[in-house]
Amino acid sequence: MALERSEVEKIAHLARLGLNEGDIPQTTETLNSILGLIDQMQAVDTQGIEPLAHPLEATQRLRADVVTESNQRDAYQAIAPAVESGLYLVPKVIE
Amino acid sequence: MQWETVIGLEIHAQLSTQSKIFSASATTFGAEPNTQASLVDLGMPGTLPVLNAEAVRMACQFGLAIDAEIAERNIFARKNYFYPDLPKGYQTSQMDHPIVGKGFLDIALEDGTVKRIGITRAHLEEDAGKSLHEDFQGMSGIDLNRAGTPLLEIVSEPDIRSAKEAVAYVKAIHALVRYLGICDGNMAEGSLRCDCNVSVRPKGQAEFGTRAEIKNVNSFRFIEKAINHEVQRQIELIEDGGKVVQETRLYDPNKDQTRSMRSKEEANDYRYFPCPDLLPVVIERSFLDELRAALPELPPQKRERFENQYALSAYDASVLSASRELADYFEVVAKTCGDAKLAANWVMGELSSLLNKDNLEIDQSPVSAEQLGGMILRIKDNTISGKIAKMVFEALAAGEGATADEVIEKKGLKQVTDSGAIEKMLDEVLAANAEQVEQYRASDEAKRGKMFGFFVGQAMKASKGKANPGQVNELLKKKLEG
Amino acid sequence: MHQLTLAEIAQGLAAKQFSAEELSRSLLARIAQLDPQLNSFITVTEDLAIEQAKAADARRAAGENSPLLGAPIAHKDLFCTNGVLTSCGSKILTGFKAPYDATVVEKLGAAGTVTLGKLNMDEFAMGSANESSHYGPVKNPWDTSRVPGGSSGGSAAAVAARLLPAATGTDTGGSIRQPAALTNLTGIKPTYGRVSRWGMIAYASSLDQGGPLARTAEDCALLLGAMAGFDAKDSTSVDQPVDDYLAALAQPLAGLRIGLPKEYFGAGLDARIGEKVMAVVEELKKLGATVKDISLPNMQHAIPAYYVIAPAEASSNLSRFDGVRFGYRCENPKDLQDLYKRSREEGFGAEVKRRIMVGTYALSAGYYDAYYIKAQQIRRLIKNDFVAAFKEVDVILGPTTPNLAWKLGEKNADPVSAYLEDIYTITANLAGIPGLSMPAGFVDGLPVGVQLLGNYFQEGRLLNVAHQYQQVSDWHKQVPSGF
Repeated sequence: MALERSEVEKIAHLARLGLNEGDIPQTTETLNSILGLIDQMQAVDTQGIEPLAHPLEATQRLRADVVTESNQRDAYQAIAPAVESGLYLVPKVIE
Repeated sequence: MQWETVIGLEIHAQLSTQSKIFSASATTFGAEPNTQASLVDLGMPGTLPVLNAEAVRMACQFGLAIDAEIAERNIFARKNYFYPDLPKGYQTSQMDHPIVGKGFLDIALEDGTVKRIGITRAHLEEDAGKSLHEDFQGMSGIDLNRAGTPLLEIVSEPDIRSAKEAVAYVKAIHALVRYLGICDGNMAEGSLRCDCNVSVRPKGQAEFGTRAEIKNVNSFRFIEKAINHEVQRQIELIEDGGKVVQETRLYDPNKDQTRSMRSKEEANDYRYFPCPDLLPVVIERSFLDELRAALPELPPQKRERFENQYALSAYDASVLSASRELADYFEVVAKTCGDAKLAANWVMGELSSLLNKDNLEIDQSPVSAEQLGGMILRIKDNTISGKIAKMVFEALAAGEGATADEVIEKKGLKQVTDSGAIEKMLDEVLAANAEQVEQYRASDEAKRGKMFGFFVGQAMKASKGKANPGQVNELLKKKLEG
Repeated sequence: MHQLTLAEIAQGLAAKQFSAEELSRSLLARIAQLDPQLNSFITVTEDLAIEQAKAADARRAAGENSPLLGAPIAHKDLFCTNGVLTSCGSKILTGFKAPYDATVVEKLGAAGTVTLGKLNMDEFAMGSANESSHYGPVKNPWDTSRVPGGSSGGSAAAVAARLLPAATGTDTGGSIRQPAALTNLTGIKPTYGRVSRWGMIAYASSLDQGGPLARTAEDCALLLGAMAGFDAKDSTSVDQPVDDYLAALAQPLAGLRIGLPKEYFGAGLDARIGEKVMAVVEELKKLGATVKDISLPNMQHAIPAYYVIAPAEASSNLSRFDGVRFGYRCENPKDLQDLYKRSREEGFGAEVKRRIMVGTYALSAGYYDAYYIKAQQIRRLIKNDFVAAFKEVDVILGPTTPNLAWKLGEKNADPVSAYLEDIYTITANLAGIPGLSMPAGFVDGLPVGVQLLGNYFQEGRLLNVAHQYQQVSDWHKQVPSGF
């Protein structure tokens, strides 16, 4: 499956990655060579094989419902690009 | 053309855990912005989720309450999309393997019938934060206190056929989660939120029409209005030759209309996949057995018991069992006065209009169940009439006495049952209205019936309402016929 | 002093031959002098190191005598260190002074180690040459025109050049073992879940595992013993006691069953590396091991499966780098989408962006089953191969890498050719089993590594085999000239 330019643009948008117009052909070519590698999987017969998501196949441990966190806003916001009145600032959110 | 409305609802119920679903921050509503946002809630690099046991327990309780299959293994998945109130760029949710599978809920309709609404699934997920649109030099502010609050998303089948049914269903879910104690149901604070999938189709058509999703409708009243508005919009659109497009719409209660939202965005591709930071959650059968045994009596069982034990109509039983607090209140009144029918009438009548008028919840009622029960007892033993009882009730509501007996005593409202005294009073009334007595006696049966009411009225007025109405009727008849 | 191993340092400190502060000062001076040739450090935490060294000396003066008390180390720059830049080798984490310590950092700190700094790495641990770092490539001390391997390339170069005795690293597809092999070190990737991932910035969550790089198996045992263990903050951490790795070292190898998978010695392997590996096998036989030919038939599918699973997880893990709460934010974003797109375009390097795109594509509607599910099915086949093999053998042995360290820039034009370098290491990550690389000699003056793979939680056995081999060999004692 070779990617078209439009698909590359769509993927970049889903991933919120800006694409430099001049880089698109190169990016498309590289992605296609990686997909070529990946597509080798299709030759493997995996019928009836249960997918493996976690190597150990363990089960989830549950945490007791206890509050142990305290307010650390100042420390956490000291490394934020833009804050005001305790809020993280972003360009206007339009719904 | 006749149109049929098809509605499916997605209800997000915030589970009333102490801490968040994947972190140990508090879930308290209304805290200062970002003071309840931990490293995990902020999506700081390197942080990892650990699942809250209480959220799992609550979801299982809900599943048991709607007779659903509860999966032995359920799996958390990531729903990937970018939004400023979503710190990790994905929402941890459940997709292919939700914790609660197919179940159902029976709802009572106003015509007294009961309808079964299918519940497709209910799954656990984390809530997002909030974008505040006050202007910070053209910027929005992000508060992540709510991020990570546990949600149970309850998805109904498209079984609902009107806005009224939708409201009845949401009320039933609301009652259920409150019965279970798993959600406080506070819609104003967003503890229970509703997305409505609405479509219309010509009556008799089998396939569904294209649906629009109305997001975040946050009161029973708005659910009804939003759906009715949307149905009207879709019908008009189709009848004008247009087509309904599948989209998300937002209800504006101020303008009473829905408008399209995120329409410029292309269809989302959420790229769900199993969350590699969380392992499959295994629910032991023994755990479910224990939970089942400890379930409180739920609305359907309570309704049935009320019908049988108190001989109430299906409608009365469903109204009174709609909330645990109301049901408890009713049962105390009924027990105190020993007359369930009378108790039901008072709770659903005077009490409920009093609460409505002042916009109070049952647990804020100025008249306690014991007070009301004690008062009804005095109606039953003829100490007061039903009419006087309303005065006593108002006095109790105004705090003018600790018990009905005290109010009756203080205000001298005790009913007159001494027939000698009543006769004496009637004689005076008849004497004062001699002309009407003459007319009465000259009239035929039909006319007499009407005129009789006049004398009763005069008699009750003369006794300031305190005369026993039964005795007044009986003695008056005797005297007039006499 | 810089030639000492952790074990020797422990003895020296215990015998009061030198203090932790003297040792740290000496190494800090060495870093200042030599690291400009290598670029192995992103941050040198001089003040923190002196403070920690003094504290360690005080603890020792108060009678404490644990082996890592005062031991100088450094962390791969994806372990969060409170108040210290944690960059992941990326521009997007510009200014990210982590507001907390990773569990590994905390545990090693509690054991008394002294942190000399944060080590360079491939951006977000994506790479096998350490050329994708925003902070510039790291050079191999054995030949500074060559790559040190990656992604823990800074850790490997610094330890190999004797700038410090040991360092932490992480391994998602070979990122501890491959640089260890290319720089003549011993490094171990533990069983998945053995070392906490809390505070270890994720590349691919179901594959990532932290571990040590050092000059000897003994030092790895020492460090891993302090890093490993259950952590309630990591749901994938395993609640099982940690073996006594030091005690395991002395076990004789008589009766050890070694499996040689034929797939590890086929086409693609530099024959000179194959010879070195077989020489190690001969030595192990002399120590009492028996050898059996085995097959891991699905190994050939590991690279395509890995390059679906790892990018898929990465595409999601890296979504949080959005310029809102921390890290790099583009100048004057004109709207929200511009903030996201430009911050991420400018903040991530080419390889990271490539993998995000591949992962996004693999998870997108219509491709999920063909790519992601298929890759996970292959993942199970690979695990099944190992489960079957470990019924017959105790350890599996083969080369760590198919080739020697390559020239800087040599594989930049073709990312796929670099991906193929991971062929021998990534199966351990997909299956979650432990893997170790140790020195096996030199070809053309460049180090060769031999890899040992073990069954789940058999870290002790792998360290034991490596240690016993290191008692009868001296490859690991070779020092790159100029260092």
